[in-house]
Amino acid sequence: MRKVAVVGVGMTKFGKHEKTNMEMIAEASMDAINSSNITPKDIQALFVSNCLAGFEEGQLNMGGFVASELGIAGVPATRFEGACATGSMATRDAYNWVASGFYDIVLVAGTERALSMGTPLATRTFAMASDALYEGFCGLTFPGVFGLIANLYSKTYDVPMETLKESMATIAVKAHKNGANNPKAHFQKPITMEKALGAPMIADPLQLFDCCPFSDGGAALVLASEEVARKLSDTPVYIAGVGQSSAGNLGTQTYLPRLRSRELAAEQSYKMAGLEPKDIDVVELHDCFTIAEIVASEGLGFFEHGKGCQAALDGVTQMDGKIPINPSGGLKAKGHPIGATGAAQVVEIVEQLRGEADKRQVSGAEIGMTDTLGGDGGTLCNIILRR
Amino acid sequence: MAEYKLTADRYFEALKEDKLLGLKCNDCGKYTVPPKIVCQECSGSNIEVVEMKGEGVIKTYTVVRVPQEGQESQAPIPIALVTLDEGPCIMGRISNIAPDELSLDVIGRRVEVGHMVIPGDKYAHRDGVIPAFTVQ
Repeated sequence: MRKVAVVGVGMTKFGKHEKTNMEMIAEASMDAINSSNITPKDIQALFVSNCLAGFEEGQLNMGGFVASELGIAGVPATRFEGACATGSMATRDAYNWVASGFYDIVLVAGTERALSMGTPLATRTFAMASDALYEGFCGLTFPGVFGLIANLYSKTYDVPMETLKESMATIAVKAHKNGANNPKAHFQKPITMEKALGAPMIADPLQLFDCCPFSDGGAALVLASEEVARKLSDTPVYIAGVGQSSAGNLGTQTYLPRLRSRELAAEQSYKMAGLEPKDIDVVELHDCFTIAEIVASEGLGFFEHGKGCQAALDGVTQMDGKIPINPSGGLKAKGHPIGATGAAQVVEIVEQLRGEADKRQVSGAEIGMTDTLGGDGGTLCNIILRR
Repeated sequence: MAEYKLTADRYFEALKEDKLLGLKCNDCGKYTVPPKIVCQECSGSNIEVVEMKGEGVIKTYTVVRVPQEGQESQAPIPIALVTLDEGPCIMGRISNIAPDELSLDVIGRRVEVGHMVIPGDKYAHRDGVIPAFTVQ
């Protein structure tokens, strides 16, 4: 396997867009292409990440149209779907094809118009990422999935609900604080603990500010083999390890509140990179809900199981803490246009490792990691990057 | 040709009569509910259809207050994962406690499994039959 680097990145602002999926994915793609010092014609294959365009715009089979939009119809263009992990899945696959020697330069491009769908349809279509036959009819939503996990967390680790709620609110406040430093974030205003704890209940015990928003947005990455990357960029960021794993419906996940698929994917990526959790300087992890950040911080090995709640309260995950989590604002504040999310997490880590993250720069960051959860554990991807 | 010993249709039809069917593995002894084509523990095919006791313990719960499109009239929806006495864990709705009366204390309580029919929407290929949990 060859070494593979990210040579260029692009990302639209996340939030509400009047732009189409095609406009967002093409603008992000051209930014990634231009910043890689290549032209579209240098791209040998497209890895398109989109989850719900069929519902958003009545559009399936997006791959070829994206290739055509970029003037490179003819290259293989594959559209991936793994719910919220779609973008990381596409990135991992793109990595594999370059690492194997099959391609030298490829583009990963993602987009989603989740906010433009409106909350009822977005909630319905997101819920399609659960087991439609045996669990979906119960009426579980994604806040519901993490409501189940939050209550189970409290019970399993004997953490009083009051303490857990305070920790979750601390995470929401942190996300919005970090988002305020990110000009591309969906939410760029700080919130208070009082506001978080006083918000309406969405799925017990999760309140409004425990939940990430539906967002519109696009993101893209150009990946190249080491040899090509050195010619194109003075600051290539290498993919040191990747991991992907799977799981069945919630009923089959006996490890809950732990997500075993995360532990398996993380193990693969750490092993491949020859690194351990303590080596990670900065992480963009899947905080679709505040409790999701807690269980992810444990599943990735930063804290023992049951200790992530207290770690967040202790400030360990803040910008100046031992392991800064989601300097971009995360899914919670940066936003969650699901097809773009995985690539956008890589965009943030690349900017961090290049020292280009401006007000949200984690000082001295050399090794970073992304973590993306698809559905209720069904798909899980991790990517470790280093300078 | 490989064939399901217990199809989704048969599982749902039985559940409609408050009979919870499952699969018992004759190799590893474990149970699979709802059905799969192989044993969910050992992937073996030496499985047979059995009727489950229909009793278990609440593992966790939530109340969905912002529902999906089409379920507005059903909210708030109390949902639980229940670990059956035979081992497998299934999702359903709590039927006999008002959503606002639920608290963490319900975790660990024993339940009996009945059923509820949920009409399918335009995306679903059928009506759903889900476990309804009566807390003892």
